[in-house]
Amino acid sequence: MSVSPEQVRHIAKLARIAMSDAELDKLVPELNAIIGWVEQLGEVDTDGIEPLATVVDQKLRLRADVVDDGNIRDDVLANAPDAQHGFFAVPKVIE
Amino acid sequence: MAELTHLTIAELRDGFRAGDFSAREIAECYNAAVAGARALNAYTVETPDDALAAAAAADAGRGSGDLGPLAGIPLGIKDLFATKGVATTAGSKILGGFKPPYDSFVSANLRQAGAGMLGKLNMDEFAMGSSNETSTYGPVISPWRRAGSNVGLTPGGSSGGSAAAVAAGIAPGVTGTDTGGSIRQPAAFTGICGIKPTYGRCSRWGIVSFASSLDQAGPMAKTVRDCAILLEVMAGFDPRDATSLDLPVPKWEAGLSSNLSGKRVGIPKEYRIDGVPGEINALWDQGIAWLRDAGAEIVEISLPHTRYALPTYYIIAPAEASSNLARYDGVRYGLREEGVKTLDDMYAATRAAGFGPEVKRRIMIGTYVLSAGFYDAYFTKAQKVRALIKRDFAQAFERCDVILTPTAPSAAFGIGEKMSDPLAMYLNDVFAVPASLAGLPAMSVPGGLDSAGLPLGLHLIGPELDEQIVLNAGLAIEERAGFTATAEKWW
Repeated sequence: MSVSPEQVRHIAKLARIAMSDAELDKLVPELNAIIGWVEQLGEVDTDGIEPLATVVDQKLRLRADVVDDGNIRDDVLANAPDAQHGFFAVPKVIE
Repeated sequence: MAELTHLTIAELRDGFRAGDFSAREIAECYNAAVAGARALNAYTVETPDDALAAAAAADAGRGSGDLGPLAGIPLGIKDLFATKGVATTAGSKILGGFKPPYDSFVSANLRQAGAGMLGKLNMDEFAMGSSNETSTYGPVISPWRRAGSNVGLTPGGSSGGSAAAVAAGIAPGVTGTDTGGSIRQPAAFTGICGIKPTYGRCSRWGIVSFASSLDQAGPMAKTVRDCAILLEVMAGFDPRDATSLDLPVPKWEAGLSSNLSGKRVGIPKEYRIDGVPGEINALWDQGIAWLRDAGAEIVEISLPHTRYALPTYYIIAPAEASSNLARYDGVRYGLREEGVKTLDDMYAATRAAGFGPEVKRRIMIGTYVLSAGFYDAYFTKAQKVRALIKRDFAQAFERCDVILTPTAPSAAFGIGEKMSDPLAMYLNDVFAVPASLAGLPAMSVPGGLDSAGLPLGLHLIGPELDEQIVLNAGLAIEERAGFTATAEKWW
């Protein structure tokens, strides 16, 4: 499989990265080279193999159902590019 | 006291405790060395006051005997670790100005143990790179140069600032992180030691995420013993990381022994690959002889899926990165691009301006392999091959106790030499990535110099949770290699 310029434009949209036509044009062959290379995995017989998501077997823990942090609003907002009235501020979403 | 920068962490620790010198002298000596080495671009932030404050506490504590294991030792911290009140940017413009209100688990442990901080260390942006050239701060210049040349070389990456700092004597030890070789390859390029422990040994809490199923912190230092000392402090259970291992931390330093009698060292035939310089394979053969001399039996093993490790990695790591890096949206921290109308446009403009080309490339690949219609063909397939790679190692460790390979397929290369070809850059980690995919402890130890006078590393891979055999085999090599070469100071 290879990706078309239109597909790359769509991927950039999904990834929320603005790209000029020139950037997209440059990226198409780069992505195709990488995708072509990773497709060699198609040679590997993986019938009956479970996909591995957790590399070291361990039992997932449950923590106690109690509040163990909080009341740190100012810390949370301290690095925000725009914080107003104790909230993150963003461009207007609804006209 | 310039000679203090030549001492190992063990020597600094013991000398400080014996009263040969004060913690303040150590900190002042290193602060001066850091300030005098800015040409290397190894530090993104210098924190001399932090190092001095920790030294003052150590000197005060020496009288009372109340000393942490790293009292008097100043360290460099990779810019991927959250450090309270000190800029933490992962080498990225998108985290510009970010000052965490908390410390990472690992850096907090080091602080708790008495270590001071010399500064934050430069790195590839979001740890994506093998040469430290993708950093928004510009490349780190390796202290090493080819004999008779003044061409700038890379220290490797992504922990390039970390590696350069130890090699240049501007930190006695540092933290690194390793997702697919980012501790081991730079350690090899700069003639130092670095270990990536078993996945889950070091909590990822407070480490800027790249690929969460692979990311692991580890130490880099001059010697195997120093790595053991640091790793004992860095490791430990942390309920805030769901994949943190709830196990006691072994006493790795006390367990060090270079006697490998009764141990079997596996040599994987698939790691003899085309195009690797003869000097790399010759050093590998030398390493085999050293381990045999240490009492080990050498056995040939097979890791049949080795050649699929890199392509597997370059599906899984970008996929996880594309998900992890979705958080950089210009709302909560870091950069925001102004002057666009809608929220969606703000996201896209911020991410366009804040991420560099390699990070964008990997987010794009990751987004693609996770997108509807391609998920099974790429991502699930890669997870299945990853299971086979892990099984290869499990079967190999039925026949051997530790595996020896080269760390990297070349010595350090010149800045700019490989930046135009992402695939050529990715091949740097051909020997390092399989152990990452299998979550295994692995270490690089300096073995010697190539004909150009550049360091080459040997790579040890151990079974899950057996960092000790990795360290012990590393020690056996260290004792026999007698690697004492250091970069000649030009900076």
